[in-house]
Amino acid sequence: MATSPVIYFNEARFELLKLSRNRSFLFSMIGFPVIFYLLFGVVYKNTVFQGQTIARYLLAGYSCFGAMGSSLFGIGAWLAAERGYGWLEMKRASPMPAAAYLLAKLCVSITFAVGITLLLMILGTALAGVHITTFEALRLLSVIVCGVLPFASLGLIIGLLMPSNAAPGVINLIYLPMSFCGGLWMPVESLPHWLQVIAHGLPSFWFARLALRSLGYGHSSPVLAWALLAGYTIVFLSAAAFIFRRQEAQA
Amino acid sequence: MAASVILEPCHKATDDTTDNAAASVIASLCSVTKKFGPQIALDRLSLELRQGEVVALLGPNGAGKTTAVRLLLGLSEATSGEVSIFGGNPRDRASRLRLGAMLQVGRMPETLRVREHLQLFSSYYVHPRPLDELLAVAGLEGLQERLFGTLSGGQKQRVLFALALCGDPDLICLDEPTLGMDVEARRAMWEQVSRLAARGKTILLTTHYLEEADALASRIIVIQKGKVIAEGTPKELKAADSSRTIRCTTSLQPSFVSALPGVTSVQQDGNTMLVRTPAPETVLRTMLERDPALSGLEVRAAALDDAFLALTNQTTAVTR
Repeated sequence: MATSPVIYFNEARFELLKLSRNRSFLFSMIGFPVIFYLLFGVVYKNTVFQGQTIARYLLAGYSCFGAMGSSLFGIGAWLAAERGYGWLEMKRASPMPAAAYLLAKLCVSITFAVGITLLLMILGTALAGVHITTFEALRLLSVIVCGVLPFASLGLIIGLLMPSNAAPGVINLIYLPMSFCGGLWMPVESLPHWLQVIAHGLPSFWFARLALRSLGYGHSSPVLAWALLAGYTIVFLSAAAFIFRRQEAQA
Repeated sequence: MAASVILEPCHKATDDTTDNAAASVIASLCSVTKKFGPQIALDRLSLELRQGEVVALLGPNGAGKTTAVRLLLGLSEATSGEVSIFGGNPRDRASRLRLGAMLQVGRMPETLRVREHLQLFSSYYVHPRPLDELLAVAGLEGLQERLFGTLSGGQKQRVLFALALCGDPDLICLDEPTLGMDVEARRAMWEQVSRLAARGKTILLTTHYLEEADALASRIIVIQKGKVIAEGTPKELKAADSSRTIRCTTSLQPSFVSALPGVTSVQQDGNTMLVRTPAPETVLRTMLERDPALSGLEVRAAALDDAFLALTNQTTAVTR
């Protein structure tokens, strides 16, 4: 019996409704990148880095930061909670296709990531004198949409493995150092050499590279960065599938 | 004593809703063993659900009730043996479309309205029940616009009940459905369960309330340590426990009474004495002879609780 596309649409619609009514989630998802951008991007807007203002650099950085947060928390923390409290069992006993549940969470993460990026573009343009062309804006947005995938996959692993009360803490332990080392808050070049070496192994670094490139920082080929992000996605998804199958066998 | 353990050959559940409906088996566990590592949760357990029945799964904690329900719902896979629903695998979408489940959920999304939760679940099914009907059946009228997080414990249980009924399913599994409900809400739910059965729906429920099993079930299956130890109507199970309880006020010493032939147990409660025995006539004759002042005499048949305790204690004793 074929499943109706209506199920997928409804699942995503109600997932978005559920999260948009959750104030503490909204505040941490949207509030943090926006406040940090206002503090570090807008206040120090005249600092110049690589021939352009820091507000422009941080527009890319905090867009990545927002996208990582919404996918790691939106998928990881919520999956851990809904699994831990038995709500997922209710859904799995119903005829809902499992893919609808996961795709809904992915779509909502992307929606939040795009929303945060648009908000930062408006703030940067209005308050920090950042000039971006429509083409640059679209390039940045497409990097954000695709770049969410490895972090969404990582969120899946966390959501499957972590108990609901530990998941947010574990996510922060991964999210914040990865943002710092990946050059999302300040240029990687200003970090100590050994941290720069570590940075090259992080998906956040390559994500930020692509976002920065879309705003005119660096001119190297994007192929390596895209290939690495795709690789991370495949590795994380395979690990999540392995964990899921092992849990199923023990259920 | 021993309520008869009914050992039947396993029938594969058939999707036979047309003729001979009353007898058709719609779901079955056939010689199912489930192991969690070295621990055996279900031990070659077989059970069958026939159309229109309300079956109560009873057993002490850790007996394997929830494991049996989870296997039937396809949430977990049997180590060996066969699970069949409507002649198919419980994981098939076709099976799940005819299945409704109310599980024990610690928390569920609190920022959706009751109506929205029901709308979403209804959209999973091909022929969902109309929203108004769901609200009426689950006693949720007037609450449809409330956010789930603002409901009381009993109201939340009723939303879960409504979610189980969204697809107008033929088989409904209710895991401890009236937990946390007040007496009135519990009775209202019992009535709805009876109505569902009258419409030809099959209901499997697990419960700790023996009163609930007695009031609702057409058949009770008692499980202990992963095995079916008794099965029958509430009446049959009560009858299987042939002992009676004598209640009276007497000056006789408990030690004397408990030494009388045929007495299983004596309990002194204030000046009231409770004596359990399968031979109340003989015991009473002696007691009345020795204490002519004996008063407040009452002899009653076993309640379902007694039958249940007798069954589970007995097998504990046997397995030791």
